[in-house]
Amino acid sequence: MITSEVILKSLSEVGSTVLMILAGTVVVEALLYLLLVKWLKYKYALPFMLLAPAAIGLIALVIYPLIWELRLSFTNMSLKAFKNPQFIGFKNYVRVFTEPVLKQKMFFPLLGQTVLWTVINITFHVGGGLFLAMLLNRNMRGRGIYRTLLILPWAIPQVIAVLAWRSEFNFTYGYFNIILTRLGLQPVQWMTDPTANFIAMCLTNIWLGIPFMSVTLLGGLQSISQEYYEAAEMDGANGWQQFKNITMPLLQPVITPAILLGTFWTFNNFNVPFFINQNELESSDIMVTGLFRAAFQYNRYGFSAAFAFVIFALLLIFTIFYTRYTSSLKGAYES
Amino acid sequence: MSTPSSVSANPEYVPTRHKRSFFRSGREDSPFKRLIIHIVLILACIVSVFPVLRVLAISLRPGNRLMSTDLAIIPADATLESYRIILFEKPFLNWVWNSAAITIATALIGVIIAATAAYAFSRWKFPGRSVGLVFLLATQMIPASMLMIPIYILAIKLNLVGTYRGLVIAYCVTSIPFSVWILKGYFDTVPVDLEEAARIDGCSQLQAFWRVLLPLSTPALAITFLFNFMSAWNEYLLARVMLGSQESLMTWPLGLQRLQGQFQTQWGLFSAGSILVMIPVVILFLYSSKYLISGLTLGGVKG
Repeated sequence: MITSEVILKSLSEVGSTVLMILAGTVVVEALLYLLLVKWLKYKYALPFMLLAPAAIGLIALVIYPLIWELRLSFTNMSLKAFKNPQFIGFKNYVRVFTEPVLKQKMFFPLLGQTVLWTVINITFHVGGGLFLAMLLNRNMRGRGIYRTLLILPWAIPQVIAVLAWRSEFNFTYGYFNIILTRLGLQPVQWMTDPTANFIAMCLTNIWLGIPFMSVTLLGGLQSISQEYYEAAEMDGANGWQQFKNITMPLLQPVITPAILLGTFWTFNNFNVPFFINQNELESSDIMVTGLFRAAFQYNRYGFSAAFAFVIFALLLIFTIFYTRYTSSLKGAYES
Repeated sequence: MSTPSSVSANPEYVPTRHKRSFFRSGREDSPFKRLIIHIVLILACIVSVFPVLRVLAISLRPGNRLMSTDLAIIPADATLESYRIILFEKPFLNWVWNSAAITIATALIGVIIAATAAYAFSRWKFPGRSVGLVFLLATQMIPASMLMIPIYILAIKLNLVGTYRGLVIAYCVTSIPFSVWILKGYFDTVPVDLEEAARIDGCSQLQAFWRVLLPLSTPALAITFLFNFMSAWNEYLLARVMLGSQESLMTWPLGLQRLQGQFQTQWGLFSAGSILVMIPVVILFLYSSKYLISGLTLGGVKG
């Protein structure tokens, strides 16, 4: 039941926060007005005033915490040493590579598992998405209905979707084991066997990720002019040649950012690994859930901060290489 | 649906059979191929809808048959009992109310802050502009659990755990980078001449923004609002970290997750709650998906 007490409580909490934000904005804008417009008569006074709320928010909630976390990574802060953490230099960073980052798991096996997870998922997302997009990219009956139904996994709140999948992996009542037993096979211990659990995670995430890829790639396919194919057909190119020499190169500007975005989302995916194994199996962890476990279950804050920056560095290196590589590809196509 | 062949421009050209393969988005598919395509698509749709139908099935089962290996979508003895219990005997409506209050407030504030910032990025070449844009993209790379550590510890030190204060501010801010990118991309496509005409007619710069640009950008603003709304509505991790164990402040993802607890799962209630929470969001999403996707790719391609 809903009680008026709770309604009022959450309303007043939210309301007071909103008022606080408003008051803060007014004060900041007034100060900026005095400083930039009245005193300095700065040319770009207005854009800076327009930017101020967003900038202050991002500084307070992204930049400052990151700098603070960097400092934290050089201390031994944990639940025991919460009040007076000591500065221990690069020890945490050395520990990330030399000691288990979780209870049993070392850094490099965890990295390997995360890379495997990302590669499997992205391969199936792009492959499945491209396949469906190519099927849908034609005049046919019921196209709108197919499109709507296929996009559904993306529309469902992720928490619900993943928890629903988790219940399908239940040993006795889950769909997969019911089918397996009806086929006369051995049911699988999806929740306790590490490999099966990892497969369960991948199945769930592949299901979740295909709609984004197929819809994005369908948009890309539709923007390719039909004339290219007609010209190729007159020159006698077969289907595979057309796919390789027309579709793929022209799809490049859509595929490249989609893969980059998809890679981040998959590498950083928290919900699927976290909810599928409900924090039970350490062996199913990928980087980001391992990080959460190290910080909030084992409470090694200083160590987790160092661990976080190692993960961040990996992502940064990947981005730089990927954008370099694809822009050089782009150059090759243009020349 | 046999549309005339598009290669009719060349009357001597007759497409041969092997050229209409899967790789070619053909308009002259044979009936057999069309049948195969429909079958494949129907199978894909079943896979995509199936988990939702299972949740629906479980939510309709009577309490004594929740644990069953029955695979029927609408069980023979369907009942709305689970819906009655979750609506009237569990604090489900409280969770939804809490989520709604937080979500609407943060989505609105997020759009306003992002719109002004996007306007600045779109119309001025101020010093530090390109650094700012790159920074906004770079924030998308940071794993959520990485920011969670300092934010959690700082929130403890500032006494913000167990209240909405930290959560509301955090939701407003985390949506900003993405919203700014989408809105800036849209503002860039609106000609500056319109605002300049308004300036000549005596509007100030801000009035031109408010009266000319914003009304023209309604679709982009709506999409940004919707996107913020959905990411806050579905958020689990930060809420769990920031709200602690405050029973009365729980949002629906926390509440539903609790129903699917480690030892005793209340399947029926979980499923009924999921269906209720899901319906409005799914309808909104399907309705707006076209715009949402064009916004996504616009930001991505330009990045």
